[in-house]
Amino acid sequence: MRRSLAGRLWPNIIAVVLFVFFIFPVYWMVTTAFKPDLDIVSSTPVLFPTHWTFTHFVKAVHADGFWTFVGNSFFVTIGAVVLSLIVATLSSFAVARMRFKGRKAFILMIMMAQMAPWEVLTISVYLIVRDSNALNSLLPLTLFYMMMVLPFTIWTLRGFIAAVPKELEEAALVDGCTRFQSFVRIVLPLLAPGLMATSLFGYITAWNEYALVLILNKDSGQTLTLWLTQFQTNFGDDWGATMAAASFFTLPVVVVFLFLQRRAGGGLLSGAVKG
Amino acid sequence: MAAQYRGTKTRGPDPAVTPPQAGAALVAGSAKPSRPARPSTTGRASRFLPYLLLLPTLVATAVLLGYPLVRNLLISFQTLEPFQLIQHTTEWNGFGNYADQLTSSDFWHTAGRSVAFTAANVVLIMVAGTLIGLLLKRLGKRMRLLLSIGLVFAWAMPQVAGTTVYQWLFDTRNGVVNWALDGVGWHAMHNYNWLGHQLSTFAVITLMVVWGSIPFVALNLFAGLTTVSAEIFEAARMDGASAWRTFWQVVFPMLKPFFLSTTFLEVIWVFKAFTQVYALNAGGPEGLTETLPVYAYVEGFGNQHFGTGAAISMLTIVILMALMSYYFRVILKQEDEL
Repeated sequence: MRRSLAGRLWPNIIAVVLFVFFIFPVYWMVTTAFKPDLDIVSSTPVLFPTHWTFTHFVKAVHADGFWTFVGNSFFVTIGAVVLSLIVATLSSFAVARMRFKGRKAFILMIMMAQMAPWEVLTISVYLIVRDSNALNSLLPLTLFYMMMVLPFTIWTLRGFIAAVPKELEEAALVDGCTRFQSFVRIVLPLLAPGLMATSLFGYITAWNEYALVLILNKDSGQTLTLWLTQFQTNFGDDWGATMAAASFFTLPVVVVFLFLQRRAGGGLLSGAVKG
Repeated sequence: MAAQYRGTKTRGPDPAVTPPQAGAALVAGSAKPSRPARPSTTGRASRFLPYLLLLPTLVATAVLLGYPLVRNLLISFQTLEPFQLIQHTTEWNGFGNYADQLTSSDFWHTAGRSVAFTAANVVLIMVAGTLIGLLLKRLGKRMRLLLSIGLVFAWAMPQVAGTTVYQWLFDTRNGVVNWALDGVGWHAMHNYNWLGHQLSTFAVITLMVVWGSIPFVALNLFAGLTTVSAEIFEAARMDGASAWRTFWQVVFPMLKPFFLSTTFLEVIWVFKAFTQVYALNAGGPEGLTETLPVYAYVEGFGNQHFGTGAAISMLTIVILMALMSYYFRVILKQEDEL
């Protein structure tokens, strides 16, 4: 059954329109960041900029406390992910490899914790952190972010651990390894790609988090998310600098995301075909 | 037949002790003589080992998630305002906060608004996401790649950055949207203040949420569609089924678990969406775009009525729990092995 020319053409036209719809905000963010001020405030927006400038990026980078916030964001993000990987590896090993009473209950708990409504727990979190005199500090933020990404980390790692053949571990046990040694020497190296992929999701979550840092931290304790949403106090109506800041903030996420898309796709496929 | 049945049955419950498993017997046989003390100690240790491994997770969950939940519940039964906060006193008022909320028109307006907002967004996300997923299946390789790139970028865009960009797109004076609408002849949109009205603010938020959420649905649906074998579509076409019928009688039944779980996930995500709603316009103008999570935040932190805010957030959690229990029922049904 051959489709008519129109029948073959319209899906492509719609696809192009949709592509523009989805990419345009990203495109507009990046081009605004590079446009000279005159082009930004002109009464006819310059859709395809011909003059490029870095001044907005320079302004964003030199904004008060920018590098402090970059440091804070990296600290809480990496801290949360590393902590959650350590805690999650232990638990997911138990869940993937051992049978014990309460295993199902534990998995259910993890599934529910994954859906925890952090956005509406802000009041009690604020009071708990305030009572511990830890407002504006990075530690509580790191710990709560750790808890945010922990369920997902356990859930995914459990799959990766289950994919490591049990026979390898048993062989190591036969050869005289203790259970711990066999885990460190056999399972852990094979788990490296899984740990990578899992941690990237955690990075994105922690890097983007907004509701908690909004209530817990101010001034020098801010992260980039909070700083970015307060661009009007930072830059006034300077959209160029604001978009430069937004581009800065987005870049690491997009890099990780594109990397992850390819990896996760490949990983899932290779796992599915294996008989 | 009988022997086979017995064989499978003995292998089932305890593989380590049954002789048919040559490997296990060999391991047990070779390990026993050389180290006689080990089996009993590992036996006892391995009974506690799983719980030991779970301990860090359990402690973290109890302290960082369980305690905030309980604390939130306790606060919701208290009068907690700046006075009590500074004095460090605890003033219980029973169900006072709940009674206030459940009899206040503000609460019910906000709840209704939240439900309408969620319904509108989820319907748009699911319908458009499904259509785009189906379109991806129909496209040629290059066009599919092009559209996927657009989708992945929208998906990867962090919510706070997206919010900032949408504020710029819909800016009153220099926003490209106002310019475009004015350009195509809708002159009333010249210098239109999108964030100054309830419906137009909701329109921007909805566009932003839908824009950011469609990729998840579309790309996952496409991934699901590739698992449906081509013969089935071929057969449907040979039988003369229209695209509409093919979808409802072939695709939808096969991917029903996907549609169910995705819809519930989206409902939960949109219902508790805080970042987009708050960062765009802080629930304004005049609180007219506050959804329940934003309302709880504004009452709690903005107006310093922590007890009231906690009560609102508990009510929100109850609604979310109801939604989640449905979601878990769907998930557990489709996943027989946990």
